[in-house]
Amino acid sequence: MLPAARLGLSLGRLAASLFLSLVFTTLILLIAGAPPIDTFIILFAGGLGSVAKLAQTMSVWIPLVLCSSALLLAFAPGLWNIGIEGQIILGAIFATGFLRPFAEGGSPLILVGALLAGMIGGSLWAYIAGVLKTWGRVHEIFGGLGLNFVALGLTLWLIFGPWRRPGVASMSGTEPLHPSLWLQEFKGLSLNPVSLALALVAIGLVIYLLRSTRWGLSLKAVGQNPDAALLFGLKPNKRILESMLACGALAGLAGALQVVGVYHRLLPAISSNYGYTALLVTMLASFRPQLIPPICFFFALLNVGSIQLPLQLKLDSSLSGVIQGVLVLSVFLVHGLEGRFRLGRKKE
Amino acid sequence: MDFLALTIAGILSAGAPLVLATLGETLTERAGVINLSLDGTVLLAAMTGFAVALISGNPWWGLVGSVGVGVATASILALVGPVLGRSQLAVGFILTLFCRDLAYFLGHPYARKFGPELPVWSIPGIRNLPFIGPIIGYQSPVVYLSLALTFFFWWWLFSTRSGLELRAVGEEPWAAFARGIKVQRLRIVYTLIGGALVGLAGGAFSLAVKPGWGRPQGAEGAGWIALAIVIFGGWHPLRGALGAYLFATLQVLGIYLQELFPGLPAVLFQVAPFPVMILTLLLVNMGRTGWFKDLAFRYPGLKRWLIRWQVTAPAALGLDFRPEKET
Repeated sequence: MLPAARLGLSLGRLAASLFLSLVFTTLILLIAGAPPIDTFIILFAGGLGSVAKLAQTMSVWIPLVLCSSALLLAFAPGLWNIGIEGQIILGAIFATGFLRPFAEGGSPLILVGALLAGMIGGSLWAYIAGVLKTWGRVHEIFGGLGLNFVALGLTLWLIFGPWRRPGVASMSGTEPLHPSLWLQEFKGLSLNPVSLALALVAIGLVIYLLRSTRWGLSLKAVGQNPDAALLFGLKPNKRILESMLACGALAGLAGALQVVGVYHRLLPAISSNYGYTALLVTMLASFRPQLIPPICFFFALLNVGSIQLPLQLKLDSSLSGVIQGVLVLSVFLVHGLEGRFRLGRKKE
Repeated sequence: MDFLALTIAGILSAGAPLVLATLGETLTERAGVINLSLDGTVLLAAMTGFAVALISGNPWWGLVGSVGVGVATASILALVGPVLGRSQLAVGFILTLFCRDLAYFLGHPYARKFGPELPVWSIPGIRNLPFIGPIIGYQSPVVYLSLALTFFFWWWLFSTRSGLELRAVGEEPWAAFARGIKVQRLRIVYTLIGGALVGLAGGAFSLAVKPGWGRPQGAEGAGWIALAIVIFGGWHPLRGALGAYLFATLQVLGIYLQELFPGLPAVLFQVAPFPVMILTLLLVNMGRTGWFKDLAFRYPGLKRWLIRWQVTAPAALGLDFRPEKET
């Protein structure tokens, strides 16, 4: 196919999918009795309206990009790492635990240790799910999902138990970190350069690993055909564990950055469902890395914009998740219909 | 004695939605389709059931609404998955997240409100029997429904012609196709029937077992547990129901333990089902691993013990069936 024709086809698909999602979303808004146009305006203005809001959108973009790149590594050998949510949480827990002895503050170098601790925490959680799969034949969807709930329970137990704030233990989380242990933000904006740089490095690194290294190629070989990979001496089980470890490390980094860069404490909702959202992003991108940054931006925009909904329209902020779901479903529907149409034409 | 009877009654009630969801998914997976959307579907069905009951003033209409949601979700899955050939796992997972968020979004105005509940039925003749009476003499209709459907589908799956066809479609779709069974059509039908039962499970939560709607409702995670029970139950209605009651027992025991040991953190009991879920899956799948086969070779007693737990999935589970591709 000519490049121009291919581009046209992609654009056509995109337009059809966007149109479908718009129709479905409007329908849902009408069912909820919400004014569709006002809702859309609030959604977009809330995330794009000013430099400060744009910075907030970018601060959501960071964990989404980190987690989506992590998932690219897991999807390469065909793993459904739904446990990524728990891996983010464990990253946050490990980072918080590492920083607890430094209640009086200290040099910013300690933060490097906290980020590494977070990566170890995420890897550990991913490794458990990986071992359950390779050694126990428990599908990673169930292993990972079970571990997500355990991670959430662990956070709640820590916040209300050993790590509770002196005086009142509450859902607002642990005692805030000493300000010297906060990542420096751009002046007046809720966005910090370190996290931004790390997210960019992560997506670049994942693209490089998957496209240009032998390791990345062997991961994909395992995903395409595990039996053949075994015969070629690629050790599928070892590759699966490695990809889980790498994925968990990036997810853990995202969790640690939420602690030192955004909330400055451990919260029950520290993962903000970013792991699940990143799964949607990766599916919407059909596992193509170059599509990850723009899709993450759009999803982050919806997340930030929806924060305004309860205040301005008395709507639940879960609308962002609804739109994200509708979008991915529409893309699947359009692709499916197109495949069906092609098949029908071939027959004639 | 009365205490024991009431405990069993509590288990039957707490287990009813799990049994319904497990039965539904068992049927769907027996036909070779994985509906991963259970967790979200249950929530959306629970919310819809409650909202419809509140608006119409009739809990039975609510239950109808729940079933409708289950069928609607399943039909999206059937359309995008088996019919259009996209990944069933992917679509199911997207639907899980989508339905959950949609439930919270649309259910916002109905949160923490009092609404109608399904009545408790009392069965004349049984309700006065000693011991049996307190157990199944007066229960919610969904409990009777869950018990009746368990035995019905057990009989139906293994003793009827259409049950045989259903199993054939999931095990040997090509052979079934050659025998003139409409594989694709049956798969869609059983995805929808399974979805209806999952929707019913949602209604059973919000209209009987955990009445009302809120964020969280209390049914979060139940769909995932049901998906695991289907595997634990070896795609068998009776064993699946047994698995569901096992988890319900854990739940009820958790309530007692919490009263006995108020010092233990409450999250422990909320989280406990999930490690148990992983362990049960480990138990039924371990037999197929290499290290276990070595071990069983050395200690034959081990094998005899575990063989009872081992399960095999329908051979064509999750695989696409498209005869038109071959021509």
